[in-house]
Amino acid sequence: MNKTINQKAWFFVIPVFILVAFNAVVPLMTVVNYAFQDTFGNNVFMWEGTRWFKQILKSERFHAALGRQFLFTGIILLIQIPLGIAIALSMPKKGIGVPICLVLMSMPLLIPWNVVGAMWNIFALPEIGFLGHSLNDLGFDYNFTQQIGDAWFTTILMDVWHWTSLVVLLSYAGLQSIQPAYYQAAEIDGASKWAIFRYIELPKMKKVLTIAILLRFMDSFMIYTEPFVLTGGGPGNATAFLSIDLVKMALGQFDLGPAAAMSLIYFFIVLLVCWVFYNLMMRNEEQK
Amino acid sequence: MSKITLKDLSHSYLEKQNSNDDWALRNINIDWKDGGAYALLGPSGCGKTTLLNIISGLLNPTKGKVFFNNEDITLKTPVERNIAQIFQFPVIYDTMTVYNNLAFPLKNRGMPPNEIDKRVKEIAEMLELTKTLYNRASGLTADGKQKISLGRGLARSDVNVIMFDEPLTVIDPHLKWVLRSKLKELHQKINRTMIYVTHDQTEALTFADQVVVMHEGEIVQTGTPVELFEKPKHTFVGYFIGSPGMNIIPCEIQNGTAEVAGIKIPTNSEIKQKSNFSKTEIGIRPEFVSFSKDGIPVKIIKVSNTGRHKIIDTECKNGKIKILSHSSKEIPSGSAFLSFDKKYTYAYGDSRIIE
Repeated sequence: MNKTINQKAWFFVIPVFILVAFNAVVPLMTVVNYAFQDTFGNNVFMWEGTRWFKQILKSERFHAALGRQFLFTGIILLIQIPLGIAIALSMPKKGIGVPICLVLMSMPLLIPWNVVGAMWNIFALPEIGFLGHSLNDLGFDYNFTQQIGDAWFTTILMDVWHWTSLVVLLSYAGLQSIQPAYYQAAEIDGASKWAIFRYIELPKMKKVLTIAILLRFMDSFMIYTEPFVLTGGGPGNATAFLSIDLVKMALGQFDLGPAAAMSLIYFFIVLLVCWVFYNLMMRNEEQK
Repeated sequence: MSKITLKDLSHSYLEKQNSNDDWALRNINIDWKDGGAYALLGPSGCGKTTLLNIISGLLNPTKGKVFFNNEDITLKTPVERNIAQIFQFPVIYDTMTVYNNLAFPLKNRGMPPNEIDKRVKEIAEMLELTKTLYNRASGLTADGKQKISLGRGLARSDVNVIMFDEPLTVIDPHLKWVLRSKLKELHQKINRTMIYVTHDQTEALTFADQVVVMHEGEIVQTGTPVELFEKPKHTFVGYFIGSPGMNIIPCEIQNGTAEVAGIKIPTNSEIKQKSNFSKTEIGIRPEFVSFSKDGIPVKIIKVSNTGRHKIIDTECKNGKIKILSHSSKEIPSGSAFLSFDKKYTYAYGDSRIIE
């Protein structure tokens, strides 16, 4: 193979480089800038070192938001992943049902975040919303604007409604790629339904499920718009997840230094969890 | 162990069948003895796998019945039929060890653990898998994986029939030989009915005592490898088996004898005067064609040397004729005359042999 060496080709990379610089690197560096300094406006900065980081890491408010965030992400993963797999397993494998199911499944994914929040807000209002009113009629004392449990319940339900489809679609793609011979062999081997799932379907879905879990982890860990529109972080701070808390700190209180430090910590947590998880999942693959 | 009978079997993948082309299988009748080694041979898409899946119970036939030991099992599931099937590419349970893969069909049938252990080790020994027995199955090479598939098929000692669906497709050529002779050896050792599906004539002819040749959903001939070679009952068999295949030359029937290019050809077929075929042909294998002083005049087009043999392409008025001769023999150039060995020359009417 003789490759033509032409360094001028690097010029073709420039547009992407500029784009990435302006939409990722420069804003991120601005945040880094704020995280280590203090400012009173007028472009006057004072060096603060790691003070904001120490402050955030010690702050109970941050601990509480981080706890709520992990709890929320944990719950929705525990619901969405098994539910998504179960729905994918029960979807038709061929025929007219396939496109119908796929379109129905994709619908929630196509709705903008703030619309989802607004929809569920109205849907769940205790006096006029269909869900809220029906629950109260059934004898439940339901009011997501005032009761912490109800607020969590509604937020989780909304996220499950919005995002389970993603897990379903990914799992379904994984299932469809399994050769029929595997099922035939299992049938001949006398495998039970559970054994087929455990030893054929689940291992074959491993890669798509890794992607699904990663995507759902990241998205739910960074969730902002939907709970902001639905509950506004309330009642009190009960559903103020990390990004809601961050925005409150940065734009509500204008504490730019601590907010920048928190952003960076937040960013590193997401990065770290994804990295650890991905490596754990892929470790077996490399051993092959 | 059992005898397998297929009666008037037809299958179509379509809901409604309008023409012959809509059938994947047509009127299959087979009688297979207990303990025999059989091969289903035919090109891709001729219905071999469909037939196999009907025998194993993965498919229900549109028409006809399947019998094991004279018992009608047409509607029974693969588990009830108690059969084993090995597929074209290795089907293994990725997350299990080799040992658990082999033990899986036994566990599912509730065999006691100590018996499973004994049996698995026996099978592993037979297939030379003992060294990797406790490794994860997904880490093995393609032929190692296919050995696992074979092993799972052989694990149960009471199966009625073991079926192989082109099992050596993914295996390297040199290992093909090893595994093929292993299968033959296994058949002699365990003496179970085996059905081997393939499109490779060498595989079919070396493995089986009886070869069933299929073409467009029909069985065109059943016989031993020698019968298929010496007396093909259908021009397709002549063409498909042997390398190069049989010469099929269009001919005219005049007064009970076949004529090619106006020259009478003596054949081993008894041709009746009153037969109205739309197409008549002469079939002769290249091995039985030789040069002579008179006979069919041909033009020599090409001579290719394969080492042991020479393949000579010639052309007569009615079409092309191939000749296979020893490398040492002199080949005339330009034009020549050909004669056919009468014993191996057959006339075919509408592709079927005239007897």
